[in-house]
Amino acid sequence: MHELGIVFYIIRDVKAAAEENGVEHVDTVVMNIGEVSTVVPEYLTDCWRWAADKEPMLQGCELRINTIPAVSYCEKCNTEFETVRYGKTCPKCQSGKTYLLRGNEVEIKEIVIKQ
Amino acid sequence: MQEVKIIEIKKSIFADNDKDADALRKDLKDKGVFLLNLMSSPGSGKTTTLIRTINLLKDKLRIAVMEADIDSDVDAIKIKEGTGVESIQLHTGGMCHLDAEMTRQGLDNLVPGAADLVILENVGNLVCPAEFDTGAVKNAMILSVPEGHDKPLKYPLMFSICDLVLINKIDVMPYFDFDLDKCREYVHMRNPKASVIPICARTGEGVDAFAQWLLDQTEAWRGNKNDQLITLYA
Repeated sequence: MHELGIVFYIIRDVKAAAEENGVEHVDTVVMNIGEVSTVVPEYLTDCWRWAADKEPMLQGCELRINTIPAVSYCEKCNTEFETVRYGKTCPKCQSGKTYLLRGNEVEIKEIVIKQ
Repeated sequence: MQEVKIIEIKKSIFADNDKDADALRKDLKDKGVFLLNLMSSPGSGKTTTLIRTINLLKDKLRIAVMEADIDSDVDAIKIKEGTGVESIQLHTGGMCHLDAEMTRQGLDNLVPGAADLVILENVGNLVCPAEFDTGAVKNAMILSVPEGHDKPLKYPLMFSICDLVLINKIDVMPYFDFDLDKCREYVHMRNPKASVIPICARTGEGVDAFAQWLLDQTEAWRGNKNDQLITLYA
């Protein structure tokens, strides 16, 4: 739902990084997207195509997505478990005292430039 | 084969917004302005709730409202006509949320120094506004009875970032399968620290409790700047 807004943030940060490094055209942007980040990868790449092609520096630039599996941690029995499968309840001791370790990332990992 | 150069960035796209939001909160603290970010689904009664609440508070606090919508200015006009306080409309240009920079631009368009409490009515949406820190001092959301008591389970992020959950339209509870105790339980599963206040914006029931919460929060945030407030209304 908010993928287009996120694409605008990505474009802003990628352009800044490219300018800082004296790059004229970026060929690939690699994103780390967590499984529970609420970003839908298909929507993100659709919005990316539409918005990136309007920027000379990013025309034809591919958006590649690395999915980061979501892992939660149970404070009660010190167990790590899959967030998507078990939600907020620990599958081992049924405690609700759990928190997310990773899986909500929306970050730019790297940009790739053909030389 | 063509050579490629890889530039590692490793940066969260929310990092800049989080920084902008913290800077905005600091400015608000220096100026003694309490900013509330009010969120909800479309149609939960945000504007009606605000009109009722502002009319209870406007003799005690100087209030301004920023209405954020994708389009139109019906809400800003409704607030102005219903309360007389300053009310401006922000258009997000198709975006589903406000970020800290947009919030700052809105604040810059209010009459300078004329409000102790500014309420930002965010775009009606339970997903995106929760992702972006607006720079507000506190977050509140309205869940209305027809939406169902299970919403905290379906939109966990929204409920986990809110300091206050208002449950609106409690007058129609007998016509819906809405379980208030269950709803409180689900809210607290997501956020043990959230306050829950049941209200009915149409009849005014419970709205005084929300007004008191706002007054307490504003005074706590303003700290020693409250002396000016008392002089103002003396």
